[in-house]
Amino acid sequence: MEPTQTARRNFLLQVSGAAGAAWISAQWPTILEAAQHAHRAVASGNGKLEILTAEQARQVEAIACQIIPTDDLPGAREAGVIYFIDRALKTFAKDTRPLYEKGIAHLSQLTSAKYPGAKSFADATTEQQSSLLVELATKKTDEDHQRIGPGESDDFFQTVRMHTIFGFLADPSAGGNKDYAGWKVIGRDPAFTFSPPYGYYDKNYPGWEAAKAEMEKK
Amino acid sequence: MSQARVTYKPSDEVDFAIVGSGAAGGVLAKELSSNGFRVVVLEQGPYLRPEDFSHNEVEVFIRHQLTNNPEIQPVTFRKTPQDKAKLQPSVMYGRCVGGSSVHFTANFWRFHEIDFVEHSKVGDIPGATLVDWPITYIDLEPYYTKVEWEVGVSGLAGASPFDPPRSKPYPMPPLPVKGSGVVFERAAWKLGYHPFPAPMAILSRPRAGRDSCVNCGFCLGFGCEVGAKSSSLSAMIPVAEATGRCEIRPNSYVHQIATDKSGRVTGVLYFDGKRNIHLQRAKAVIICANGAETPRLLLLSKSAQFPDGLANSSGMVGKNLMPNSGAMAFGVFDEPLNDYKGFAVSRVLHDFYEMDHNKVGFYGGGGLDARFDLTPGAFAMNGLPPDTPKWGKEFKHALRQNFTRTLEVFCHATSLPVESNSFSLDPDVTDAWGLPALRMTYRDHPNDLKMMEWMKDRAMELLDAAGAKTKWHAPIEEQQFAVHLLGTCRMGNDAKTSVIDTDHRTHDIGNLFLCDGSSFVTSGRGQPTMTIEALAFRAADRITALAKRGEIKS
Repeated sequence: MEPTQTARRNFLLQVSGAAGAAWISAQWPTILEAAQHAHRAVASGNGKLEILTAEQARQVEAIACQIIPTDDLPGAREAGVIYFIDRALKTFAKDTRPLYEKGIAHLSQLTSAKYPGAKSFADATTEQQSSLLVELATKKTDEDHQRIGPGESDDFFQTVRMHTIFGFLADPSAGGNKDYAGWKVIGRDPAFTFSPPYGYYDKNYPGWEAAKAEMEKK
Repeated sequence: MSQARVTYKPSDEVDFAIVGSGAAGGVLAKELSSNGFRVVVLEQGPYLRPEDFSHNEVEVFIRHQLTNNPEIQPVTFRKTPQDKAKLQPSVMYGRCVGGSSVHFTANFWRFHEIDFVEHSKVGDIPGATLVDWPITYIDLEPYYTKVEWEVGVSGLAGASPFDPPRSKPYPMPPLPVKGSGVVFERAAWKLGYHPFPAPMAILSRPRAGRDSCVNCGFCLGFGCEVGAKSSSLSAMIPVAEATGRCEIRPNSYVHQIATDKSGRVTGVLYFDGKRNIHLQRAKAVIICANGAETPRLLLLSKSAQFPDGLANSSGMVGKNLMPNSGAMAFGVFDEPLNDYKGFAVSRVLHDFYEMDHNKVGFYGGGGLDARFDLTPGAFAMNGLPPDTPKWGKEFKHALRQNFTRTLEVFCHATSLPVESNSFSLDPDVTDAWGLPALRMTYRDHPNDLKMMEWMKDRAMELLDAAGAKTKWHAPIEEQQFAVHLLGTCRMGNDAKTSVIDTDHRTHDIGNLFLCDGSSFVTSGRGQPTMTIEALAFRAADRITALAKRGEIKS
């Protein structure tokens, strides 16, 4: 079974309690069907480009890898961000296709002007790429909004950045975050259900009344 | 869940057509159908089932799966009536069966006594239209209890010394504490405050055939796959449908309230999913379309007979918009909180709910909670300290370091009613159906900005006391985005200054009722849904009584 489907099934199995069990038996077929559908949709986009040409994809992936580089943990490349972006350009971010085309061309001009030795942005050294992106990303980035949507940012770099982030970190059913690569980096357990304690500070919490009594003693 | 559902023909004259299936519409549908009435609920959005919900941030945040879609429903914004409004997605609300209750955080605070009588306490405030509610906390108390027991709220009665009186404890214990709750609680006690387990409309125990929370971590913004979040979708609509008298009709966009020559309402005109127009006939209409769409629908329903829109003889339809004030501070801790697990909020404090305005220099008050409601993508966009590089090695390092160690202290507070803050029809922009778009006019009263600054300072102090190693806050600036849509068809005894009476009946039209955030007279302290639902339970009682006395005739 593929990871997405396994996780989904684990979720169903982990739902606790009698009502949970009843709910699962009632919902199991439809839930599983939905999960499989999402999975098929992902599989169809994964490893195959539908919108970007191989060359465009190589340039965009190089940008994505500057935004979230690979170190001892996966980066944009390992998470399959480029396939997420390709799918985005086919679906919710259709409107940004011209922005991508113009942006890639612009970056190519910038590269040959600044580093005539480099064949393209993707072929430049990582230091050169970084300094080119600094130039490209002149617009300040702290205006990002959680709900920034297609067409709301006309800035190529900001758009690629947002797509890279969601391709790296959104649930794999969105088409990126391959094998939960992004969640490995940020430390998010891909399980669908959790039980407390969750972390360092809530371990051994005695309950509100006891905690209050303890505090009042002090 | 699979009983035969009733369906009505548009030509059937039902007892009630309810516009909107959210917090208020869901409760009214359940109550009125249970009381024996024939009800059709028209919902502009789709009827999504638990299996349609996912943890997919792209679907939810970018593709607007559960909320209004600015691409087909443009909204315009301006600060003052003198400005020309420009396209800006400044309003967000739930657009599916269950409305905003499907994706909300589920903080369920009751209003306190003060929320209903502020004008009596503080008097006139220049630039504001502050008045008392025509009902009091005591009138609503039984209905708050009903919300807790019937919709499903987890909490601990008596835990907050500031709580108003209550007739019954919560039906379920509080949800488990999170790391954010523990550090917040300790800090609050250190500073002499009174933190308590957050009352949340999420089941801590299985109840009424619904499962308890599985702590999946995709709560705010998402639909609940196990039905533990007490949305109208999971708690009210199934009961309404089980009566065999209530039809939920999704993908039905009501754009006009139909009236006859005598000025009575005869039904609602709506677009179906294929954009065909139908007239659903009804003896009475209840609009529960939210504080933005309810006034818009009244204004869209203007005619030669009602040139300023329906129920608008006072001119108050759409006025006095209150979105609640807010402030947000973030802290990063040394050890992992893993606060991405579970629902959003586990601890709250209400020490600043009611303050001496002479002492603090502003009117109002609010509550603070500890939370982490940023899902992974949203966190990377918005959750890092402002001086963190936005891409590259250090950006990735910060994501890696901070995601499990960050929490937010969120302040929720009052907004003053200001008459020019409003929803109206945009004269130039239309939606995908060719109807005038919603136009928002809003500028915070200077008092509210002062209060937000003050609240933000308290949040930063709490983060200090909690031992955050890094802390920062969102800038305090004039708000241009509203999710709490309150006050735009206010309730009152005087038909000249308000839109509905205490039965939620419009002063102008005997068989037209409004119930949702638009009914609010003041904003409360930032958690409106509990009160919207209590009002809806109460409205259902009042409307049932009127109908049984034969006082609603079409």
